[in-house]
Amino acid sequence: MANKNQDVIDQKLQDLNNDGIDRRGFLKCMAWAGTGLVWTMSGGIPVSHAFARGMGKHAGKSADFSFVQISDSHMGFNKPANPDVAATLKAAVDKINGLATPPEFLLHTGDISHLSRADEFDNVDQILRSARAKDVFFVPGEHDVLDDNGKSYLERYGKNASPSGWYSFDHKGVHFIGLVNVLNLKAGGLGSLGGEQLEWMEKDVKHLKHSTPIVVFAHIPLWAAYPQWGWGTEDSAQALSYVKRFGSVTVLNGHIHQTMQKVEGRVTFHSAMSTAFPQPQPGKADSPGPMKVPAEQLRSVLGITDVNYVRGRHSLAVVDSTLA
Amino acid sequence: MRRQIKWCGRLATIQMVAMFLLLAGSQSLGASDQASTGQPTGQATGQPAGKAEVKIDNFSFGPETLTVSVGTTVIWTNRDDIPHTVVSTEGVFKSKVRDTDETFSYTFSKAGTYPYYCSVHPKMTGKIVVQ
Repeated sequence: MANKNQDVIDQKLQDLNNDGIDRRGFLKCMAWAGTGLVWTMSGGIPVSHAFARGMGKHAGKSADFSFVQISDSHMGFNKPANPDVAATLKAAVDKINGLATPPEFLLHTGDISHLSRADEFDNVDQILRSARAKDVFFVPGEHDVLDDNGKSYLERYGKNASPSGWYSFDHKGVHFIGLVNVLNLKAGGLGSLGGEQLEWMEKDVKHLKHSTPIVVFAHIPLWAAYPQWGWGTEDSAQALSYVKRFGSVTVLNGHIHQTMQKVEGRVTFHSAMSTAFPQPQPGKADSPGPMKVPAEQLRSVLGITDVNYVRGRHSLAVVDSTLA
Repeated sequence: MRRQIKWCGRLATIQMVAMFLLLAGSQSLGASDQASTGQPTGQATGQPAGKAEVKIDNFSFGPETLTVSVGTTVIWTNRDDIPHTVVSTEGVFKSKVRDTDETFSYTFSKAGTYPYYCSVHPKMTGKIVVQ
C-alpha cells in the first residue's frame, strides 16, 4: 500500500506528542489496514497491533459493545468496476453476521444509493434487513441528495435527525455525532458543514465530560485527505475544535473508497472501504472515478469496518476487513 | 493493497466518439463542424443557431472555457462512470443529475461570461463565454 500513505504517516509522526508510545511502530502498522489491522485507543492514546498477532495484553477484556461501519454501497451503479453492487453489499452483510462479537448497530457513512432513486434506497434497506444488527444510522453522501437537496433522503432516514439531517446519540457511554457535509457545496470548494450545523455541534458536546469517548461520522473526510480531488471538508477544523478537549475522538468517513488513517493529537481519523467499488489512491490516476480491478480481486478491495468499545479503558478497537 | 488500475473511461471514450459522430450527423454540416472546435457559431444572419459541445470526462469539463456566439446551444455530455451536474454559479441554468452518456443543453441568448460547476463535485468548474 502505498508509499504515498507511508509518506503521510511519516509526516504525521512529527505532529505527535512524546508520550512513550511507539508511534512509529504504531503508525507503520496502520499501513496494514485493509488486510487486517486492529488498533485500540486507551485513554485516548492509540496503540496498535497487527491483526495477525492478535490484541496481546489489550485483548484481555471483551468489548462492551461493537458496531460496524459500512460505506458507499452505491446501489444502482452497474458499470464495469462492479456490475453487481447488490451482491457485494450482501457479502458485506454476511461478513457482519459472521463476526465473533455481534455488532449492536451499523453506521452507514453515505452514498447509500448511486442516483438517489427510491428503488435504490429500497434495495439497500431490504439487504440490510438481513443483518443481525437491526439499527442502522445513516449520514448522506452526495449521491443520496442529488436533484432534491436531500428531501427524499431526509424523508426516509431523517426522522430522528435535525431538519437538515445531522444528529447525535449516546450508546453505552459513547457519544456519536452524525454530520452532513454534502449539501450546499460551493463552486470550486470541498465538503461543507455550514454555520448552522457547526453551531448545533458546539452546543451538542458542551455538556459532555472530557472523558466521554466521541465518535464523529460523516461522508466526506473531515480532514484534508486529498483536497485536489475534493477529499476534504472546508470547515472541518471548526468542527474538530469542539471535540479536541475530549480524551478519545474517533472520526469515521467514507467517500474515498479506501482505508486511510491520520492521527492528530487525540483525534484519530479513519476512512472505510466501499462495499461497491474501489477508487484510486490520491493522485495515482487522472481522476477519483471508479477503479476497475480484475474481477477475482474485487472483493479484496471492498470491505467493512468493525469497531469495538471497552468501557473503563475508553478504548475503541477498529478492524478493517475485506470481503475477500 | 496492490491494485491494477484499468480505466473504464477508455471504453467510454470509444462510445463517446461514436455518440458524437451520431450527434454531429444529425445537425447541419456547417454548424456541427464549428461545434466540434468550440469556435463561435451561427455568425451569418439567418443561419440556424449553432451548437457547441462540452465533454465531461475524468471529473473535468472540456474545454474548461468555451467561447461561443449569442444564440449557441451548448450541449454537455457526461462520459464518466459517475453522475455529474452542470450548474450555473449565478443561477442562470441548472441541469438535473446527468448519469453516464446523458446530456444537458442550454441556449445562450445573451452575451456574457457564465461560470458553472458540478454541484456534486464542486472542484469541477468551467466557463462559457458568449460574445
